[in-house]
Amino acid sequence: MKVWLDAVLVLLILTNLRLLGSARLTVCIRTVAAQAVLLGVLPLFVQAGAVTFRVALLCAASTLLKAGALPWLLRRAAREANVRNEVEPLVGFTTSLLLGLALLGLSMHVADGLRLPGIEGPHFMVTVALFTTLVGLFVIVSRVKAVMQALGYLAMENGIYAFGMAFAVEETLLVEMGILLDVFVAVLVMGITIHHISREFDHMDTDRLSALKD
Amino acid sequence: MQALRAELIWGLLLIPAAAAGGCFLIRPNAPRRALLVLAALGHAALTLCAWSGAVRPTAYGWIAIDAASLLFLSVTSILFLAASIYAVGYLAQEQRQLQSAPREPDLDEEPPFTNYPEATFTGCLLAFLATMSLVAVSRHLGLMWVAVEATTLASAPLIYFHRNSRSLEATWKYLVICSVGIALALLGNFFLAVAARSYGGTPIPLTLDDLAAAAGSLDPRWLKGAFLLLLVGYGTKMGLAPLHTWLPDAHSEAPSVVSALLSGALLNCAFLTILRVHGLLVAAGLGAFSRELLVDFGLISMTVAAVFLIRQADYKRMLAYSSIEHMGILALGVGIGGLAGLGALLHTVNHSLTKAMLFFAAGNILAVYRTKSTDQARGVLRVLPLTGVLWIAGFLAITGSPPFGPFLSEFMILKGAIDAHRPWIAAACLAALALAFIGMAGAVINMAYGTAAPGAAQRLDLSPIVPQREPLWSILPPLALGLAVLILGVYIPPPLGDLLRRAAEILHVQ
Repeated sequence: MKVWLDAVLVLLILTNLRLLGSARLTVCIRTVAAQAVLLGVLPLFVQAGAVTFRVALLCAASTLLKAGALPWLLRRAAREANVRNEVEPLVGFTTSLLLGLALLGLSMHVADGLRLPGIEGPHFMVTVALFTTLVGLFVIVSRVKAVMQALGYLAMENGIYAFGMAFAVEETLLVEMGILLDVFVAVLVMGITIHHISREFDHMDTDRLSALKD
Repeated sequence: MQALRAELIWGLLLIPAAAAGGCFLIRPNAPRRALLVLAALGHAALTLCAWSGAVRPTAYGWIAIDAASLLFLSVTSILFLAASIYAVGYLAQEQRQLQSAPREPDLDEEPPFTNYPEATFTGCLLAFLATMSLVAVSRHLGLMWVAVEATTLASAPLIYFHRNSRSLEATWKYLVICSVGIALALLGNFFLAVAARSYGGTPIPLTLDDLAAAAGSLDPRWLKGAFLLLLVGYGTKMGLAPLHTWLPDAHSEAPSVVSALLSGALLNCAFLTILRVHGLLVAAGLGAFSRELLVDFGLISMTVAAVFLIRQADYKRMLAYSSIEHMGILALGVGIGGLAGLGALLHTVNHSLTKAMLFFAAGNILAVYRTKSTDQARGVLRVLPLTGVLWIAGFLAITGSPPFGPFLSEFMILKGAIDAHRPWIAAACLAALALAFIGMAGAVINMAYGTAAPGAAQRLDLSPIVPQREPLWSILPPLALGLAVLILGVYIPPPLGDLLRRAAEILHVQ
């Protein structure tokens, strides 16, 4: 089991690096969807053998939403907006990747500090969770396209979700469903807004949304 | 203390939620607007009922009405009632304008725009009320998180009511910045869950009562981390600098009735969530840590806001920065504690009522002058005599001049700072308040007394002497709020005083 868990975690790191290094919008959307699938199977290896109905239901729901509905929504928003299929970063891809490695180092360092006295094990998972969160944040600030910012938000949410899983934080089913619903509606509203932005401006470059300032 | 029935809470949540659903189904405008006011009245009536007692934790201890809930619920309910009356008039006016002629560009060089469908607007307004009520009554930190994020989502379409590029930009910034902030708060919730579990073995449910009962056994390191993340997350929503950047844009581009609710009700809800977590830290013996952070954030917010208030050229942005300043005062008051903590709770009430009144008045000015520039919108006292008086009274109140309510609460906070032997904080606070006064005074006096700029008068056919018509709906809500602020400055009704003291005790802010 441990081997499988580690494999999934390494794959998660790779999806993050791909999100940072890829120049194509559609590839980025697919990458975040893949991330959601990996997160969906993670509980199978974390809670070895003790997959309750509750866990199964949550995993199914979140995988369906984050790997199915939301990427579809964002791809549609991008296609209708008729934007070029390019990421257009403010920070170059090579620099992004190097910074990504730095973020990975930082996550390892922070995860070291978060070791719990009694509990052994989730250390690597905490590293990956923090790394995913940080990469999401970095994508939000360093990418111009509105779709990429929505993707960054999703990646960040994925990381936080993984963090909760690492410490086996058990929220009640209702709250977990509420969180999932909120994330879904958030991306839905973002998608609608992206649609309006592209109609209003003929682009969705958020660095050109600069009429409001002091 | 009389125990009230749990159905009261469900009523408070379900009335606006059901009405919101109804809004999407009703096609004609008139009954939909009536529904808005009716739901607001129903919500206010139920809130009034709640004053006769308290609702004990129900539904697994997830929701309840204690003194703190009731305080914030009442403010929200009063503001929403005023806003619903204002909104009915406002929507009718917008509809007339759209039907009468193709819309001319505003003076701010905005191209003509259409409005978002009115059903969506009214529905989101009511959904916004439902989510804010849920924040006020929830006692489970996870549920609270869900509710706070839901307020963001319900209010985003409200900001984009005027379909133009500027409001779109404001909406996008609001969505992204607040969502990221709230995501950090979720991480904070997970930290709290870890803190609640690391030693005891059995996990403690994340309800306020369970956590407070086990406060001594929470892991202090994780608890501190949780507070930091929750403060940053919900602080983004509350508009504490340096996380405030969405606030001036959203407040200036949203319709004034929405700005009033954002400033007067939504920021309070975020403040309440921070207060709940702060109370937990005090119970766990980490009060010094959270107080210090609140004081720091408070001082930074007040300073940043004061700097941006000087020479502010847009009067709705000016009100937005004033909100940031007052959120800073609230954080500072709670951070100091003692009398200042009680003062901060009173100031929540005073600020909300005053700021909503100012935004309503700003809406009246904007409707006639069609510009948000303080330079162009001059001579308000002559063109709109009643609004002009409200505008000046609101300015005096918000800057803490006697005899209005904010003077009293700000005085309590300053007195608290001196009692706590922190004269430097009191001095810094006074300096920021003085700067804000000077910054706002210039703009407000110019707008009230100045002669209308020639360009504006010509383009809008405004004779600088002939007063414009001021419909009742546009005057009554701000007037009522203004009178309440005036009364609160000289007389605090005993039930309110009692409620404030009980809320301060529950939230551990004293």
